[in-house]
Amino acid sequence: MATQSNPALQDAPQAGRRDFLYIATAAVGAVGVAGAVWPLINQLNPDASVLALASIEFDLSGIATGQSVTIKWRGLPVFVRNRTPEEVAAALAVPMSDLKDPQTDQERTKAGHEQWLIMIANCTHLGCIPVGESGEFGGWACPCHGSQFDTAGRIRKGPAPTNLVVPPYEFISDTLVQIG
Amino acid sequence: MIKTKSIIGALLVSMLFAAVPAVAQEAAHATPEIQKEQWSFSGPLGTFDRDQLQRGFQVFREVCSSCHSARLLAFRNLGEPGGPEFTEGQVKALAAEYQITDADGVKRPGIPADHWPAPFANDQEARDANGGALPPDMSVLAKARGTTQPFPWWILNYFTAYSEGGPDYIHALLNGYGTPPAGTEIPEGKYYNAVFPGHAIGMAPPLSDGAVTYEQTEGASVPLTVDQYSRDVASFLMWVAEPHLASRKEAGFQVIIFLVVFAGLMYLVKRRLWASVAH
Amino acid sequence: MAHESSYVPGNFVEKWIDDRLPIIRWSKEHLMDYPTPKNLNYWWTFGAILAFMLAVQIITGIVLAMHYTPQIGLAFDSVEHIRRDVNGGRIIQSVHATGASMFFAAMYIHMFRGLYFGSYKAPREVIWILGVLLFVLVVTTAFMGYVLPWGQMSFWAATVITNIVGAIPVIGTPILELLRGGFAVDNATLNRFFSLHYLLPFVIAAVVALHIWALHVPGNNNPIGVEVKSSRETVPFHPYYTMKDLFAVVVFCIPFAWFAFFAPDILGHPDNYIMANSQVTPAHIVPEWYFLPFYAILRAIDFNILFIDSKLGGVIFFAGAILVLFVVPWLDTSKVRSGTFRPIFKWFFWLFIANFVFLTWLGSAPAEGIYVLLSKVATAYYFIYFLIVLPLLGRFETPRPLPTSISEAVLAKHESPVTAQPVTASH
Repeated sequence: MATQSNPALQDAPQAGRRDFLYIATAAVGAVGVAGAVWPLINQLNPDASVLALASIEFDLSGIATGQSVTIKWRGLPVFVRNRTPEEVAAALAVPMSDLKDPQTDQERTKAGHEQWLIMIANCTHLGCIPVGESGEFGGWACPCHGSQFDTAGRIRKGPAPTNLVVPPYEFISDTLVQIG
Repeated sequence: MIKTKSIIGALLVSMLFAAVPAVAQEAAHATPEIQKEQWSFSGPLGTFDRDQLQRGFQVFREVCSSCHSARLLAFRNLGEPGGPEFTEGQVKALAAEYQITDADGVKRPGIPADHWPAPFANDQEARDANGGALPPDMSVLAKARGTTQPFPWWILNYFTAYSEGGPDYIHALLNGYGTPPAGTEIPEGKYYNAVFPGHAIGMAPPLSDGAVTYEQTEGASVPLTVDQYSRDVASFLMWVAEPHLASRKEAGFQVIIFLVVFAGLMYLVKRRLWASVAH
Repeated sequence: MAHESSYVPGNFVEKWIDDRLPIIRWSKEHLMDYPTPKNLNYWWTFGAILAFMLAVQIITGIVLAMHYTPQIGLAFDSVEHIRRDVNGGRIIQSVHATGASMFFAAMYIHMFRGLYFGSYKAPREVIWILGVLLFVLVVTTAFMGYVLPWGQMSFWAATVITNIVGAIPVIGTPILELLRGGFAVDNATLNRFFSLHYLLPFVIAAVVALHIWALHVPGNNNPIGVEVKSSRETVPFHPYYTMKDLFAVVVFCIPFAWFAFFAPDILGHPDNYIMANSQVTPAHIVPEWYFLPFYAILRAIDFNILFIDSKLGGVIFFAGAILVLFVVPWLDTSKVRSGTFRPIFKWFFWLFIANFVFLTWLGSAPAEGIYVLLSKVATAYYFIYFLIVLPLLGRFETPRPLPTSISEAVLAKHESPVTAQPVTASH
């Protein structure tokens, strides 16, 4: 009837079976913990109501040449600009060697819809919204720290490191664009 | 064996505790006894019947939604798994049929992310249009209604996980219209309903045989009767109230199987550990 | 229990930590080596189950607070938003809601275990008092949590329960307004309830730490109520009781999961799916099931007692039903701890349990007809048990002979005539 301090560690013959049982139980327990923890982490991800607005459709028909609107997408402001032929020509004329973040105008627009420039309206420096049709390059100028962008939204001068970001989008028809 | 007794005792005590709240529900709704119906979504393995939800949606859309709002129902929900599962295109087209008033007061066609538009601008307007009675919002209506069973039958509910009191009530209510028994006075503008508490309901009988024309699929013909409509719409409303019911039960099934296995293993571990200790 | 620490730091890092913050030493002493009587039965696992439930409630609660909005116009819909839109939200929410019920079920069993086995008797009075304090804190927390979804039952529970304070003469009304932050339950009430509902669980966790500290001074009581006499009558808490408790927790999770996944609303009330409306009271309001016994006591007093009106009287009995628990260690005069050796006590005890369940049922019944009388009888027995039975029984009852030690009791059990086999040393 003697009870040792830890009898579980004694009587060796059964050790193999016991080890297996303990390891199996620990493994099953670990699966259970992981299964319980995952939903608690996953709930932090964007919920269904946020995801439902991750992709939006926007009708371009109301924007005349030379006009620009700012729309909201995923909580961010997005410029949609119907560029004039002069602006497009100016953007195409810029040599790559002049650019801090070299990108052609074609890379920033969709073939067949070159007049449409769609980009996230936050300056790539620290996030302010640049003012349109201003600055030395006829594009945008950021009021916060003086970054200047050309008519294709490319960084030309100032502290911003990269061009204004073009979000993923595609044309569903000539006047309807789906962003995101 | 003290241990066995302890376990049995523990089970009994927990059952007693579990059993009590049903009394609360029993006493709470002094409505006539409502029959439990067969629902595809009852019990631990229940799921919604997609075709039934689509029919129920049709009844909701063509009949209920002209007076009742469902502010928590988004068009996108109608395409989600476990629900009526309309295609993305169908949902988009459906949403676009409705005019949604933006936060800025601008009217625009709906998109899947929008919520089901209310038929009335506010509660007062809804009352004015319905003889003073306010049609309740249908978002969680199927969970906001219940039925009662006499003692001791409600004890069984805990073991069958009975959660279909709402659909049972809605089904019974929609079939509960009739002529009042002698001696029952129904005020002007009200209707007699055997199930409604107080029996005088402000809602005119909303359904009649053939009122909604289901698109009949080949092979299976669905009767166009009030009983069928009410079953379909009650199922649909249960889905609106509990859109993740199927995935919740599926997860629960996995969790319980896991727990039983884990409990078995833990029991063996415990027994082996204690084998050398007299206790 | 004072004993030598057997911890020897394994390496340089452990030694470095041990010299500065001996947390590993402390954990080993109190969480692993803590000597626990070897004859504890499964009723003793409910302490661990409660600790587990507290952790579940705190973790799920923190998650829910990330998505909940404590504002009267938005609260109801924000809870539905959790159920509908948040990833896994329906399950997290139902675990929290049914978790409250499971918490109370475990807590009542834990308390009844203490009452039956005399765990509140010297030298364990402080453990018991802290336990009753925990009960009060959990009741308060659960009540405030129930208000947060802002359904009809939430609102009317808040109204009715805060009105209890209004029964206090003279200062009742000012205190009532202070509690509500207004003349009625409104946005200010909801906001402060949310704040306190988030705060109190951490207070509970702190009192739990004290509860366990107080437990570790005299050590556990045990089913025969005879103190541990030698180290051979104990086993180290880990792995013996950690594994036994874990087994019990997993088994407890099965009915918990059953409710949380398959019938999350069966323990609640349909009316709470109707948004709060201060202009309409539901036809029949009842508290959550775990408050029903005390609710029945509150309602049972429908008559004036001398100069005390019935409302105040009800509140006095309601508060008294909980406060009386604090003094149980001094009301019970029996020298014998465990109810197992008290033949007459057993009858009164089980009658008390039955009466408590009966009160629960009465709390849900309408306050009319025969129920009113039955409530009075049941309330009377509740108090008679504590105020008359426990003090007198200890003087008149002849207890059965006690085993001299845990070892003797264990030996006797294993030599029971049913098995009739020799107890071998290897067993």
